[in-house]
Formats: sequence, C-alpha cells, structure tokens
Amino acid sequence: MLERPLTQNIIPGTPPLSLAEYEKRGGYQAAHRALTAMGPKEIVAVVKASNLRGRGGAGFPTAQKWSFVPMGADAPRPKYLVVNADEMEPATFKDRLLLEGDPHQLIEGVIISACAIEAEIAYIFLRKTYTIAARRILTAIAEAYEKGYLGKNIFGSGFNLSLHLHESAGRYICGEETALLNALEGKRANPRNKPPFPPVVGLWGKPTVTNNVETICNIPHIIKNGAAWFRALSLVPDGGTKIYGASGKVRRPGAWEMPLGTTIREIIEEHAGGMRDGLHLRAVLPGGASTDLLTADHLDVKMDFNAMQAAGSRLGTGTMVVIDDRTCIVGLVLNLMQFFAQESCGWCTPCREGLPWTAKLLAAIEQGQGLPEDIERLKLQTRLLSSGHTFCALAPGAMEPLQSALKYFEDDFHRHIKERRCPWK
Amino acid sequence: MLTLQEKKEIEELLPNYPTRQAAGIDALVILQRHRGWISDETLGEAAEFLKMTPAELDSVATFYNLIFRKPVGRHVILVCDSVSCWVMGYDPVLDYLKKNLGIGFGETTTDGRFTLLPHVCLGACDKAPAIMIDDDLHVELDPAKIDHILSLYS
Ligand SMILES: Cc1cc2nc3c(=O)[nH]c(=O)nc-3n(C[C@H](O)[C@H](O)[C@H](O)COP(=O)(O)O)c2cc1C
Ligand code: SF4
Ligand code: FES
Repeated sequence: MLERPLTQNIIPGTPPLSLAEYEKRGGYQAAHRALTAMGPKEIVAVVKASNLRGRGGAGFPTAQKWSFVPMGADAPRPKYLVVNADEMEPATFKDRLLLEGDPHQLIEGVIISACAIEAEIAYIFLRKTYTIAARRILTAIAEAYEKGYLGKNIFGSGFNLSLHLHESAGRYICGEETALLNALEGKRANPRNKPPFPPVVGLWGKPTVTNNVETICNIPHIIKNGAAWFRALSLVPDGGTKIYGASGKVRRPGAWEMPLGTTIREIIEEHAGGMRDGLHLRAVLPGGASTDLLTADHLDVKMDFNAMQAAGSRLGTGTMVVIDDRTCIVGLVLNLMQFFAQESCGWCTPCREGLPWTAKLLAAIEQGQGLPEDIERLKLQTRLLSSGHTFCALAPGAMEPLQSALKYFEDDFHRHIKERRCPWK
Repeated sequence: MLTLQEKKEIEELLPNYPTRQAAGIDALVILQRHRGWISDETLGEAAEFLKMTPAELDSVATFYNLIFRKPVGRHVILVCDSVSCWVMGYDPVLDYLKKNLGIGFGETTTDGRFTLLPHVCLGACDKAPAIMIDDDLHVELDPAKIDHILSLYS
C-alpha cells in the first residue's frame, strides 16, 4: 500500500475531520514536538534533510527559503508566514483538495512552519471563490484557538502565533509572492522589486515567508516521521509525494496523491483511465497554464522538478490538461493567452501591451485570417516576453505554452493560415 | 453612511492587520455583500472609514475581478472560460445561458435576477465545465442541467 500522508484523512464529498477527530488520528503531535522539543534550528534542519521543494510552481527548496529569515532577539518583528492559497492558475485544483479536505493539517503545518522562522503572525491568503474552503478553515481556526493551539504560549512552549484568513477578491497576479504582499497590505496588487527578497523585507517591511498550501501540509508529516521517511516516499531525490491531477478528455479526471516522480503515462493511463473512446493523446499541458506543452513522445517522463525541466517543461502545479487529437492546439493556446492578457497587472509595458497583441494575433490565425509572417511574429514575441524582459514571471509563463506549441505543432499554425480556417472546427 | 452592522463587521477584521488600509478588500467585500455592488458613494464612505482617499481605495477596488463597481443582479453567475472548461466545451453551456437569460457577458436580466460574467478557472477542472452562482459551485454541466440550477435562485 502506497503511503499517502497528505490525503490520508480526506474523503471527497464528506466534511473534514474536526480537531478532536484529527487528534485521534495522531494530529497535532508533530506541532507539539516541534514547539516543545525541537525549536526553529532543528525544524529547519529536518525539513532541509527531507529535500522538500516548494509545491507552488517554482520548486524552491523550502528550508533554504526559511533560512533567509533573520533570527534571534535582534530580528525585525513581527515576522510573518503567509500560506499562498490563491490557486488561480488555470487547470489547477490540487490545493482545493487539501483546503477543503483537511484544514487542521494545514493549520498544524502553519504552526510548525511559523515556529521555524519565529513568525508570530500568519495569514492564509485564499481566493474568494473557494467558499467551502473558507467556511471550513474558519471553523478549524476557531477550534484551534479554543484548544490553545493558536494564540499565546502554545503547548506551554512560550511560542505565540495568531492566524488569520484573508479572502482575496479574484485576481491571478495576487498569487505571485510579492504582489500577494501588496494585496495583503491593502494596496493595488502589483509585484514588487526584488531584491530585497520577502524573507528579509516582506509584509510591512518585515521578514515574510510565503509558501504554497501543499508545501505547508507536508511539514507535519516530515516532523512526525522524519526526513529519511519523507525522502523514501519519492521516486527521485526530491522528497515526498505530490498531488497530481488530470483534466481534459480522459475517462476519469481527478487528483491523486502519488510518489513524486510518477510518470505522465502512469498518471494518465492508470489513474485517469486513459483517453475517452475514439480519442488519441496529442499533447499534455503538464503543470498549469504557464508550463510548456509536451507530446505523446514524453509520456515516460517523470513528473518531478528535474526531469520535467530536462524535457523542456516544468512540473509547475503538477495538474495536467490532457489534450486529445480533436482539440485545436492554436485554439488552446489562444484560450491561455486571453487569460494571461486579461490577468496582466498592467505594471510593465511588454506584458500589458504584448499579451493582448499576442492574443489578437492568435485569434486572427484561429479565425482563418492569419498571415504566413505571423508565425515569425509569434516566435519573436516569445523571445521579447521571455524571462528577464518583464517585471515578474507572469508574461514569461504566458509564453511557455505558446513557444512549445510552435515547437511541436508549428504545422497546425501553418494549416490555419493556408486553409484560412480552423481545420479542427 | 455605513450601517452599524457594516461597521461592526469591518471592525471585527481590523485587529487582523497592523493598518486600517489593509482591511480595504475585506471592507469592500463586506459592503458588497450588504449592498450588491460598490457605488461611488459606498466607496467614498468606506474610504473615509478606513482613513484613505477614495482614489486610493478605488485603485484597489477596480483591480479585482470580484468587486463590482457597477450594479449587478441579485445573483451573479460566473462562467469558467479557462483552459480545461474550454477543452471540455463550455460553449454549449454558455450559449444556453445567454439564450435562456437573454443577456450576454457583463449584462443583467431585465428583472434584475441574474448577471452573467466570465471568470478564470474555478479550480474544478476535473469536473469541467463549471460555473459558480453566488457562493455555489455547479459542475459537470451540460445545457440540460441549466434550467433546474437556475430555478434554485429566485
Ligand atoms: C503570476 C503568478 C501566480 C502565482 N500564483 C500562485 C498561486 O496561486 N499559489 C502558489 O502557491 N504560488 C503561486 N505562484 C508562485 C509564488 O510566487 C511563490 O513562488 C509560491 O507561493 C512559493 O511557495 P512554495 O515555495 O511553497 O512553492 C505564482 C507565481 C506567479 C508568477
Ligand atoms: S509581467 Fe505582467 S503581471 Fe508581471 S508586473 Fe509586468 S505587467 Fe504585471
Ligand atoms: S478550467 Fe474551468 S474550472 Fe478550471
């Protein structure tokens, strides 16, 4: 039986465990031990040894991020921990599972992670449309306060932590770490300049660590079972399981917790049940809207940080869209580009102007009004908006599906232009 | 004037943050829940309460997709138009909604019952196509299911 620590308490369709039930299954023991017997240095050391990398998309090693935070009596205070529960990346539905399914697991992770960086205030930054998650988190936070697991002198350790739920009002850029800080401060959510990096200068100028929901949910299990156990969950050197997902025209779309490093093929064929009758797989958008497409030739690639990068894409959020042979790749990329154009925060010109322009070009091609030279124009655009040319990673992310579509499916673009229509319609 | 109830709800959240300004989004969401949308007047009142200028608060209000700076119907329908719902075909659902309600995106039915808006991925991609009406998610949609769903909202 495979171990599935993150989802062991989750039964979709049923309410999450109450605090008492969660404790009966061994919950809050890790937080107790972390606060009373371990302390920040040891927590960070164990998480470091676990090889946990962030699950928010970029895969940054979690303990390393924590270790940038100034510690000790002279550190600026208060320090903050923020849980990034914005999850607005199209095709991503993994954090919802954890937020709705086991809010106490998240809160326990918050307590331990906050202790690791000596943060006294934590926020869960949640997108507004996750209404069920909001209710369940508020209930769980209230239970934790009542029991004394949040508030002053938790477990008699002298550690104080207040935890607040912040509901955002719907804008994709708020998920970007520094834009999120501005959003929490009540400002327009444009990203901030880096450096200084948030672990040193973050919320209201104070040290702030932002971690993804899934990252934080791993922490109690690492503390409880140890770094070696966590590394052994994975098929690759980076530790842990991963919540993978598949949507699109597969037989059984869904999300599953599996060892990190499970192949694309296993996820699609064994868990998602393969393609629907009569359809063939043509491409995979592996980890959300801002990842490069892969093809049927890549099915045996492991879905982990390094293997995905070597294959020319990224693990991203680990929730894939499976694209069948009756779906138009140009139309798909157009849909993605329209999303990014709409969600550009408008701060820097290449993104604000370049994304709508790219979307218009794609729309013209999709509608049969493209010109042969448009393909070179699109390729130029993927270079002009690549990493380093814009203020944040939104625009470079938007270019990833486009550049890979041009790499693997350039002929589809040519056919639209030559036939003056979408051949898939 | 903000009502006592509105003030109370906003004040309950103020201790969560070190500044009043930080409660801006919460305040707008609370006021929108009571008033349906954020008029210029509401915005001004909220700004005063938070000790901000109306322009400052408006720059935040207009940034978000779910703060409504124009009147909306009693119920707001958000139709996911992102990639998984596109692959699964949300067009028939959207076309049916538009025909049935007699409105397009950004419009409100003449009886003030529904406003129809596009929205980014609702995080229900494995159950696409998906829509939200007010706080409720509706998934695995096809046109045949729409009449019943709409009948739940008067
Ligand atoms: C445009 C944009 C949107 C993002 N949205 C999210 C999000 O919704 N959730 C998330 O965890 N990370 C998101 N990220 C990544 C965050 O900036 C950050 O890297 C992450 O929250 C760090 O968490 P981790 O170290 O635990 O992975 C986004 C990044 C960009 C550029
Ligand atoms: S790249 Fe786009 S989203 Fe990022 S700062 Fe520039 S305009 Fe804003
Ligand atoms: S793409 Fe529609 S719910 Fe995710």
